Amino acid sequence: MNRAAGSSPVIIAGAAESPQLGTVPGQSAMMLAVSSARLALRQTGLAWADVDGLASTLPVVDLASYVGIRPGWLDGTVVGGCSSMLHVRHAVAAIRSGAASVVVVAHGESGRSRVGMPPRAVDPASMAGQFEQPYGMSGTFSRFTLPVLAYLHTYGLSPDDLAEVPVAQSEWAAGNPRAYRDKPLDIHAVLSSRMIAWPFRVLECCPLTDGGGALVLMSARRAADLDLEHRPVTVLGSGESCEGPGASFMEDLTSFAGFREASARAFRESGLTQADIDHLMIYDAYAHVPLYGLEDLGFVGRGEAVPFLRSGATRPGGSLPMNTNGGGLLYTHTGMYGMFAIQEAVRQLRGDAFAAVPGVRTSFVQGIGGMFGAAGSLVLSNT
Amino acid sequence: MSARFVPVPTPETGTYWEKAAEGELWLPRCDSCGRAVFYPRSFCPHCHGDDLTWFRASGRGVVESFIINHNPAPGYEQDAPYVIALIMLEEGVRLTTNLLGVEQTPDAVRIGLPVEVVFEQRDGIALPQFRVITGDGASG
Ligand SMILES: [Zn+2]
Repeated sequence: MNRAAGSSPVIIAGAAESPQLGTVPGQSAMMLAVSSARLALRQTGLAWADVDGLASTLPVVDLASYVGIRPGWLDGTVVGGCSSMLHVRHAVAAIRSGAASVVVVAHGESGRSRVGMPPRAVDPASMAGQFEQPYGMSGTFSRFTLPVLAYLHTYGLSPDDLAEVPVAQSEWAAGNPRAYRDKPLDIHAVLSSRMIAWPFRVLECCPLTDGGGALVLMSARRAADLDLEHRPVTVLGSGESCEGPGASFMEDLTSFAGFREASARAFRESGLTQADIDHLMIYDAYAHVPLYGLEDLGFVGRGEAVPFLRSGATRPGGSLPMNTNGGGLLYTHTGMYGMFAIQEAVRQLRGDAFAAVPGVRTSFVQGIGGMFGAAGSLVLSNT
Repeated sequence: MSARFVPVPTPETGTYWEKAAEGELWLPRCDSCGRAVFYPRSFCPHCHGDDLTWFRASGRGVVESFIINHNPAPGYEQDAPYVIALIMLEEGVRLTTNLLGVEQTPDAVRIGLPVEVVFEQRDGIALPQFRVITGDGASG
């Protein structure tokens, strides 16, 4: 049986988040992943028996066992929050090569309630454990944020400018019942929120939530005789890259090599340029990450991200709608947020997002993993 | 026993911690390309040369970036809010540190402040820390 997709495009045929999102103490990480995967599969008309590839941020063997399958292709890549982007990229390669025909990419994380989750710990013998963690690190807010002052200083920006990010994104999240922070925010509200790690206030840091999400990928050819519930979303290109085990190990504190290189690969593979992108998702665990992202992906020049945000370009009605679910800062952030950024891009391309942007044909999704560690990029299209 | 996080040396980093215990900051440098290497590892990540030689570093550098942590890690409760800074050493490598000898406020700490290494004793480990150099290079 030759199932290789060859030149047939690879599509996201099913995509769903867990029905419950935010604070879900009654569900384990596995339950959150599986409930999402069942919904996503149902959208394709396929059953678990049809799934021959499985990728997950959870231990992938445990997940296969949980759902009662023995897939012929497994991907347990865990490189932090962008792992789901890498899973999609790897699944596309597997489907193209014939190693798998129907791949489920699943994420579930009880980040807030910690049900069915391993304890959080930094290995004291790791490089981050020896050279960063001993200096009073008490959470990712004290590690991920370390380079930002160098960035702000280089471009003559104020620490208060970070507030532009959640303010712009709150226009998208406002009123969304699934958003963890669903209120419109102004600069004053952000700057007067509790200080976490100067210059970061609590509204410039992601919340920690419970939730899951899953995707079903296959070739357009495999989907030809299926009655898909939603418009398929094509993966036009993807990229991945990495830099180091902590923010202190970046080559340049004002720019992330992972963003630059993963996004360049994805653009090259898709044949599109920044000008062709209608919609953008940039992983935002903390408010500075989209600033790096906008510049490193080439949507604006170096040092131009803050004025770009302030111009309204990323808000409703702007030229480059960005983080239209409110982002990790406002919508949800289970610890590894990447799956939720992909889900929002898919919703925009299907036309069923909460804050739907009219006429979206292409979306660029940029993930980050670790503290400026790994990166994964996707170029998605609905045509 | 300190409540503070205690690093565990590995074979690559042993010399760093052994020299720190003697009150000195040492780094590996590549015999081929001459660049200092940090974090310590078993060969050069710049030119992939095989041989690294440890040398005593100046222990001086400047503040390159920082945050001020308001949520103390275990053992840091009495110090909050406290600075966590990135230091660019004269040798061209970057270390993470707390910042001693300066008020822990956004106004007192600034990028470019000159610093020098000191050592904090923590459960059998001597942890390199940096303090701000005041006056004309004299330690304050
Ligand atoms: Zn070398």
